[in-house]
Amino acid sequence: MALLIESIVKVIVVFGIFMAFVAYMTLLERKVLGRVQVRYGPNRVGPFGFGQPIADGIKAFFKEDLIPANADKPLFILAPMITVASALCLIAVIPFGDKITLFGRTIFLRISDLDVGILYLFAFASIGEYGVVLGGWASGNKYGVIGALRAAAQMISYELALSLSVIGVIMLSGSLSLSAIVEGQAHLWNIVYQPFAFVFYMVCALAEINRTPFDMPEAEAELACGYNIEYSSMKFALFFMGEYAHLVVVCAVATTLFLGGWQGPFLPGVLWFLLKTFVLVFFCIWERGTFPRLRYDQIMHFGWKILLPLTLANVVVTAIVMAL
Amino acid sequence: MIFPLIKGLKYTLGRFFSKPITIQYPEERREVAPRWRGIHYFNVDENGMFKCVACGLCAAVCPSKCIKIEAAEDEEGKRYPMTYEINAIRCIYCGFCVEACPVDAIRMGAKYDFTDYHREDFMLTIDRLVTQDYLDK
Repeated sequence: MALLIESIVKVIVVFGIFMAFVAYMTLLERKVLGRVQVRYGPNRVGPFGFGQPIADGIKAFFKEDLIPANADKPLFILAPMITVASALCLIAVIPFGDKITLFGRTIFLRISDLDVGILYLFAFASIGEYGVVLGGWASGNKYGVIGALRAAAQMISYELALSLSVIGVIMLSGSLSLSAIVEGQAHLWNIVYQPFAFVFYMVCALAEINRTPFDMPEAEAELACGYNIEYSSMKFALFFMGEYAHLVVVCAVATTLFLGGWQGPFLPGVLWFLLKTFVLVFFCIWERGTFPRLRYDQIMHFGWKILLPLTLANVVVTAIVMAL
Repeated sequence: MIFPLIKGLKYTLGRFFSKPITIQYPEERREVAPRWRGIHYFNVDENGMFKCVACGLCAAVCPSKCIKIEAAEDEEGKRYPMTYEINAIRCIYCGFCVEACPVDAIRMGAKYDFTDYHREDFMLTIDRLVTQDYLDK
């Protein structure tokens, strides 16, 4: 019973903080992109624009919720839910702090410690892509279909390299459990052993969450928003929330796998975790303000002919070094 | 291949830490050039009277025909405008009226954001041109 209450409280707290983080991600992104382009970004709603995410949310609620006549209605409604739900599920296995003692109980700061944590992460991350593919296809719109096709192709190309880039870490720690991986980095972070794997992971992760320079499924200029072209109101907001939640999770996973998770001197573990994640999130926004979008065939070329062999080589080299 | 990417990232980071060049419009306004052609006003002489002699040159030269003058004479036989109206919606701010004026009666100010709610409020009569009541709007 106590365990159940503990779990429920943890879920609610983590969910609340995570959603707030996601909501203010949108503001952070607009602010940082603005500063990169030598302007201010939103600063009208409240001080420094802090009310902007709330105003956006309220606006999204009151927008007309359109469903196109030739859309596949159940799939059309289901798609944004899949995206956002799968992104939210991902946070469940990420350890965000050391154990603390509260009311005489030892509480581990993670919602769940699955033995197959990394497999769970990749499984749910892939399900999130279904939302994009289904959403684009169910819209009954040519741009949407093209966006969905591109999302599917891109997902297949990059999922392999993403998984392979993580295998080096798994080999080092000898466990699929994220908590064990974090504890294995108490003395030295994995990024020291696997610097290339970290770079490959970040590149593949950007492709996985459909972010610039790999934002093919959206491609404002050529597909007019791609898979979410027919979405309006709260469904569109859900897609966006899913996208940003996925981005935060991807950065949190990178923190866990490569940057030692919550490990760090002086500050409490939770703060270290948030700090490292924030740095990676900032990087994701920063690179969005820097790089242009790759062409579709270049993305495929890059995924299959460059990233996949490199990540494979990384796994082989790691194996050889470990065997020696 | 990697170095140009890093160079680009360095450049955008430099931009990130530079001060934005945005002018926060309603609070800050940009400085206008000395010869800026904003909304008109009537130049006044040392007695506080406007100088217009209702010669009609401004109305004649106006390409958009937005100036309407009705001339009259006072008891000394001096011409003055009985009505003088500039339709600010029609005006294209070319400044020909200012150039044509022989007595330097009409000038153009610095106000570039002349807005109002009703069409009638854009009719600039003599009183409004002298008092410039539209400046603080």
